[in-house]
Amino acid sequence: MSRDKYALKLSGLGPLIVSPESNFVNVGERTNVTGSRKFLRLIKEELYEEAIAVARDQVEGGAQIIDVNMDEGMIDGKEAMVRFLNLIAAEPDIARVPVMIDSSKWEIIEAGLQCIQGKGVVNSISLKEGKEKFVEYAKKIKRYGAAVIVMAFDEKGQADSYERRIEICEKSYRILVDEVGFPCQDIIFDPNIFPVATGMEEHNNNALDFIRATKWIRENLPGAHVSGGVSNISFSFRGNNVVREAMHAAFLYHAIQNGMDMGIVNPALLEVYDNVEKNLLERVEDVLLNRREDATDRLLEFAETVKGEKGKQRVVDLSWREKDVRERLSYSLVKGITEFIVEDTEECRLTFERPIEVIEGPLMDGMNVVGDLFGSGKMFLPQVVKSARVMKKAVAHLLPFIEAEKGGGQQFSGKILMATVKGDVHDIGKNIVGVVLSCNNYQIIDLGVMVPFEDILAEAIKHDVDVIGLSGLITPSLDEMVTVAKEMERKNIDIPLMIGGATTSRVHTAVKIDEHFNKSQAVHVLDASRSVTVVESLLGDKKDGFIRNIQEEYAKVREHHQKSRGKKRLISLEDARKNAFQIDWKQEDIVKPKSFGRKEISVTTEELIPYIDWTPFFRTWELHGKYPAILSDEVVGEQAQEVFEDAQKMLGAIVKESWLTHKGVIGLYPANAVGDDIEIYSPENEKEILYTQKTLRQQGKKAPGVPNIALSDFIAPKSSGLQDYIGAFVVTSGLGIEDRIKEYEKNHDDYQSIMLKALADRFAEAFAEYMHEQVRKNHWGYASDENLENTELIKEVYKGIRPAPGYPACPDHTEKIGLFELLNATELTGVSLTDSLAMLPASSVSGWYFAHPKSKYFGLGKIALDQVEDIAKRKDYSVEEMERWLSSVIG
Amino acid sequence: MKDIKAILKERILVLDGAMGTMIQRYKLTEDDFRKGWFENHTSPLQGNNDLLSLTRPDVIKAIHAEYFKAGADIAETNTFSGTTIAQADYNLENAVYDINYHSAKIAREVADEFTKNEPNKPRFVAGSMGPTNRTASISPDVNDPGFRGITFDELRIAYKQQAEALIDGGVDLLLVETVFDTLNAKAALFAIDEVFEERNIKLPIMVSGTITDQSGRTLTGQTTDAFLISVEHMDLLSVGLNCALGASMMRPYLQVLSKNSTFGVSAHPNAGLPNEFGEYDETAEMMAEQIKEYMEENLVNIIGGCCGTTPEHISAIAQLAKEYEPRKIEAK
Repeated sequence: MSRDKYALKLSGLGPLIVSPESNFVNVGERTNVTGSRKFLRLIKEELYEEAIAVARDQVEGGAQIIDVNMDEGMIDGKEAMVRFLNLIAAEPDIARVPVMIDSSKWEIIEAGLQCIQGKGVVNSISLKEGKEKFVEYAKKIKRYGAAVIVMAFDEKGQADSYERRIEICEKSYRILVDEVGFPCQDIIFDPNIFPVATGMEEHNNNALDFIRATKWIRENLPGAHVSGGVSNISFSFRGNNVVREAMHAAFLYHAIQNGMDMGIVNPALLEVYDNVEKNLLERVEDVLLNRREDATDRLLEFAETVKGEKGKQRVVDLSWREKDVRERLSYSLVKGITEFIVEDTEECRLTFERPIEVIEGPLMDGMNVVGDLFGSGKMFLPQVVKSARVMKKAVAHLLPFIEAEKGGGQQFSGKILMATVKGDVHDIGKNIVGVVLSCNNYQIIDLGVMVPFEDILAEAIKHDVDVIGLSGLITPSLDEMVTVAKEMERKNIDIPLMIGGATTSRVHTAVKIDEHFNKSQAVHVLDASRSVTVVESLLGDKKDGFIRNIQEEYAKVREHHQKSRGKKRLISLEDARKNAFQIDWKQEDIVKPKSFGRKEISVTTEELIPYIDWTPFFRTWELHGKYPAILSDEVVGEQAQEVFEDAQKMLGAIVKESWLTHKGVIGLYPANAVGDDIEIYSPENEKEILYTQKTLRQQGKKAPGVPNIALSDFIAPKSSGLQDYIGAFVVTSGLGIEDRIKEYEKNHDDYQSIMLKALADRFAEAFAEYMHEQVRKNHWGYASDENLENTELIKEVYKGIRPAPGYPACPDHTEKIGLFELLNATELTGVSLTDSLAMLPASSVSGWYFAHPKSKYFGLGKIALDQVEDIAKRKDYSVEEMERWLSSVIG
Repeated sequence: MKDIKAILKERILVLDGAMGTMIQRYKLTEDDFRKGWFENHTSPLQGNNDLLSLTRPDVIKAIHAEYFKAGADIAETNTFSGTTIAQADYNLENAVYDINYHSAKIAREVADEFTKNEPNKPRFVAGSMGPTNRTASISPDVNDPGFRGITFDELRIAYKQQAEALIDGGVDLLLVETVFDTLNAKAALFAIDEVFEERNIKLPIMVSGTITDQSGRTLTGQTTDAFLISVEHMDLLSVGLNCALGASMMRPYLQVLSKNSTFGVSAHPNAGLPNEFGEYDETAEMMAEQIKEYMEENLVNIIGGCCGTTPEHISAIAQLAKEYEPRKIEAK
């Protein structure tokens, strides 16, 4: 009458029965922020509608359960879990399947369990934190009415052998069934799928151990089910999908035969077992089942021959050249191939009556494909920039014909003015936005960098633009953007403003810009990929609704900001000073520099390469993840590899042809702290003050025992009687790239232009890192025995710090003026300061050296007006002026 | 006294019929809802039927007695709206303990009297726990589907208060009924389980869902089968359906429960669908005719009536129940 009592019964709006009669159950894994960059981005940006679409795609694509994971440091996982589950509950085509609540945090799991009316699965619990917690969680899960995934993990670690797997699973099972009374059919074991063919002998049994453990569990632990993440098995063959698909198929075949009944499988990476080519299958199974000693080598060897057999991109396959010209144009655009674009465009032009029709027809069609793929997360930024390069080349070829015909130009969807505001020189982000928008058929009028508001307004009117995009990276640019908005308001210019750049934020836009701008709407754009939607919304028929939404949203942001301002407790400067960071000053902690005074430093590009931190490089391309793991990332790995390869190519040319000139200057001086100031003395005459650095002190209310730090705390006070020391530096790697950038831009090659700027930025940072090491080991010599690897340098494990004006420890950009004068930096390095105190060239770094072992990086946080007044007095600035420079940190 | 679980294996048990329909017969006024308890309460109270257990216990007791007389084995306490959440509409959150405790107590008294006179047919009291007027799975705001008017925890706390008072008042079992949102029911079951653990007791629990129409789904969209799976983590006496549908319309969904449930199956359908005046006009004979089909198919273990049913209906149903074998409960 009733069902198999060992069947796992789950429900959404409908039932899901997992029993020997049912097929393998596939768990959808795209609604997981740790596994899908796209989903993470959607959740971070609160694009819940699109996030729901991801879930819907999964269910439509055949997922019988959807795994939801919101474990990411940057988001409130609990809130995101609740919101997302509540939203999908309202979508019957998604809610019909059960939910797998996936988190390593119990509070998120519990919040999730409180949202689902059906019977879901908790993913996961284990004996990792001990038996007590395990029992507590299991009891609760039972009471909430969910099934549970139990990881083969205990206090000793993750099970990595057959014996450990069955030992932990049995132990877990007995506790659950005998002590908790957990229904045995609601227990799902995940006995850990680990990669094989890694080249390490101890991994050879990984697949076999899993399969054997599965069989053991199914035979010895009545009712229990077995699940796992399948793609792990083929980790070593990233980039070779033919082999991966075969491995997944063969692994599942054997695992399912032995009782695995559910799992996470990417359906796009799965071949039918029977369709796997026999030779490949034999080798794959040799590896999985560890059937011969040379199995890995034989598969590796064979893998080379099947690589790209299915038309994977690495093989030069010119068969697409045989297709008709429209398809070829589209192919070139999507693949970013410039090689044939001019000849294809020309061929196409001859078949149309008017040259403009080539743009409006086949080229725009191709770009629409690109736009769609990018919008749906199937293409990544570097590819889009390459596509744009192809498009621009095609258009450049057509332009003379269009002009000759004088029959009117291309019909754009809109005109966008882009500018980096006055005082700021950073334009990588702005250029990327320009490229992405132009891919979507917007005409871009790019005014470049350091554009005063007068020019922005005049050009906007002259060209009758539809949107003005303002960009900036340093904090003073925020103020300049406010100025632009105020001027537009004053002059009655009702063009929407788009605000973007690293220091800009939704809060700043809402609180500081939007408030002064009523003629039209200011909108903050988080990254390039969002710019298209924003512009489309600002220009389309839904404009009014969009603006109304933004206004409501910003009103809420302002309200929230107002409230949280009240909440952020600041203490008086006097009290903050009383709670300064205490160092027990001892002579032996202070090292006298080996040499004093100013010194010019030069270095070759080659010497700097090992010092490069690549992670921010990928961030520039909106590829998120840590280097080198990003190269094998499930989602962006392939793109990361490609852009990295292109970077290596350019790097080769930079080295070989000496494209970059690196110039730096350092200075080491006697110094002492006097209050919050640091007096820097002449090395020749320690009575002569060369410069007094004015540092800012944290004013946030701290927990007992936590100090309110200022940089001056890291220098021995004059009153201690000890002579301390400080260093200063300015480096640049951006000299001489301008001509090359111009050349690229002339050739419509934004890709290389952005690439070069991004690399120059990396070199400037690498130079700063290199020089800091030189200072620690040689010039100052306080850490002459230091011996660190590059990864340790990036993690900043060394002693001493090099805080830079404009960054969290000293947000006061005006300190750069004194720093530059002290070092005579402009003359010696060619780096100058703009009105907003940005360094020109942009690929430059400046800062101070602190050597005391207790010195550390910190963020100033918010400060109160009493400190603004105090520092204005110390610096001999007017309070208004000081307020302007510090506006972003005044609480 | 024989354990209800044991009796359930032997025969079909009969649940009582509608409380509201019977109360209407008494033509009560506002004063009846206030008497002795809420004389000075500021908001109007007529229609808050649960209060009558306090203000007119004579009426409620009489109704229980009529149903027992008609052949019911189990009476439901008059506590359908006895949660702080439902009573908030009347500003009577503070009355919740009294409502439940006294409702249980008077039902207990009537049941014990009947049992004393008829020891071979023991009478039971089921503490009725209604769905409240909020849903944990649906947003009350059409513009924001992610919003919720009530949380799981708020429901859990309210149900916990209700369950404690019902148990204090002496109920034999708990009946989580008219479940239109399974998440609400899960919160109730969670609360009950907590009370059981804290008091180290265990009472039989009945859960009864409501399939709103012939789509075969609850208000929150679950199929009958999904509903069953979502509540069967608790050791239940029975799972069943009540309200919204007449007996014959309910049958296909009872078939699903009967086939898949490892617990008993209960049904207390309405006396048909309401007419244009909101009255139920299916007679006892008409209803019994349809219920007979349940019996012939061996679909149920517990049978009773919901909206529009009266002692006449229950009497007809009880006659039938005697003649048929109960559905076989397959032990787990």
